[in-house]
Amino acid sequence: MDFLISGTHIHPLYLMGIGFVVGILGGFFGVGGSFLAGPALFAAGMPMNFVVGTDLTHIVGKSIVAAKRHRALGNVDIKLGMIMVAGTIAGVEVGAQFIEYLKRRADVDIVVAVGFIFVLLAISAFIGWESWQTLKMLSKRGTRKAIAAVAALNKNAPLPPRLPRYLKPNRGETDQVKEDTSVLAHIPKQIHRFRLPPMISLPVSGIEQISLWTILGVSFVGGVFSGFLGGGAGYVRMPALVYLLGVPTHVAVGTDLFEIVISASYGTLTHAVKGNVDIMVALVMHTGAAVGAQIGATLTQYFHGTRIRLAFVPLPLIGAGLVIYSLMTGHHFK
Amino acid sequence: MGRVGGIVRNFLHKIKIVSIGSYLADLAVYAIFVFGYFFLVRHFLGDQVKQVFDANKKQYAILALALIVVQGVFLEMLTSAMMRVLRHKVR
Repeated sequence: MDFLISGTHIHPLYLMGIGFVVGILGGFFGVGGSFLAGPALFAAGMPMNFVVGTDLTHIVGKSIVAAKRHRALGNVDIKLGMIMVAGTIAGVEVGAQFIEYLKRRADVDIVVAVGFIFVLLAISAFIGWESWQTLKMLSKRGTRKAIAAVAALNKNAPLPPRLPRYLKPNRGETDQVKEDTSVLAHIPKQIHRFRLPPMISLPVSGIEQISLWTILGVSFVGGVFSGFLGGGAGYVRMPALVYLLGVPTHVAVGTDLFEIVISASYGTLTHAVKGNVDIMVALVMHTGAAVGAQIGATLTQYFHGTRIRLAFVPLPLIGAGLVIYSLMTGHHFK
Repeated sequence: MGRVGGIVRNFLHKIKIVSIGSYLADLAVYAIFVFGYFFLVRHFLGDQVKQVFDANKKQYAILALALIVVQGVFLEMLTSAMMRVLRHKVR
C-alpha cells in the first residue's frame, strides 16, 4: 500500500502487526513502545524524520485511553504530571529542532539511528543489571528469613500453626509488596536532598519535599529523547520517575501516560507543521494497538514488577538489532 | 511449557472466556470491523489528507491530531463493547 505523504510503500498488515505487538508491550510494560515501533518503521523504508513524527502521533491515540483508565484507578499524580509537561515540551522542542538541523545537513538518518542504538543498548543493559541485582537481593532476604526461622525452631520454640487458607495473603497482595523493590532505592533519597527552591510536595506519589528543578530537569531530558528519537520516551522517563524521583511504580505508569498524552500531542503538532507526520500510517498502526493494549494490560496481573522489568530487557535489543541490520545492509522489510 | 499453559488458562479464566473458539470467533468479527473501518478511512481520507498536507501544514497538524484522538476513543469504545459482549455470553 502506498502512503502518499511519506512516499513509502508498506503492507498495512505489517503496520497493524507492529501496532498489535507495541500495544501488548504498552499494556504490559507501561511504555509507548517506540523503541520497537521506530526501528520497525525505519526497517520498512520510512525516512527517519517521518518515523519520529508518525510514531509520536500513533502514541497519542493509544495513551489517551490508557491514561483515562489509570486516572479512574487513582494512579495519576496530576500535579507531578502538569509540572513534567512543562519540562517535556521544552525538551521535545529542542529535540525536534535538532532533527531539523540534521535534515538540513542531510545526515538525519545515520545520526538518529546511531543515537537510537546507543540509547536502546544502554537501557537494556541498565534494566537487566538492576532487575538481576534486585532478584539476587530478594533471594538473599528469603534465605535470611529461612535461617532465622530455623534458629527460632532450634530454641525449642513451638511450631507455628498452619494458617488457614482464608487468612493467607492473596497472591496479588504479596506481589504488590514485591513490585517496588529495587536495589537502587537509596538514589531517590539522595536526590531529594537537593533543595533548590521552590520546594514542592507530591502527596499522591508519597514525596514530602522535592525541588521543582529536579522534576523539570528529569522531564526535560525525557522530552529531548522524545523529540529527537520519537515516541513518548517512556523507556527513559519511566526508569527516571522510579529510580531518580522515587515515585511508586503504579503511579509512575499512570502519571507517565497522562504526561505522554499532552507532550505527544504537542510533539504531533510541532512535527506535523514541519511535515514529519504521515497520519495514515499512524491510523493504521493504531488499529492493531487497540487490541494489543487490552491483552497486555490483562497479562500484567500474572507477573510481579522485577520479573516484568527482566522480561523487558530483550525488547530494546530487538529494536537495536533492526536498526543495525538496516544500517549495515541497506535492506528494508516491506 | 506447563507454566505457559497455566498462564494462558489463568488469562482466559480471568477474562471469563470458557471457549477459545468463541474468543477467536469474536476476535475475527472485531478484525473484520477494523479492516472495514480501515478501508473506509483510506477510501475517504487518503487523497484529501494529502491535499491538506500539501496546501497548509498548520491545518494538517490540527487534522492529524483530531483524527488520531477520535480514532483512539472510537476503537476503545469498540474494544470495550466486544469485551462486554464476551462476558455477557459467558454469563
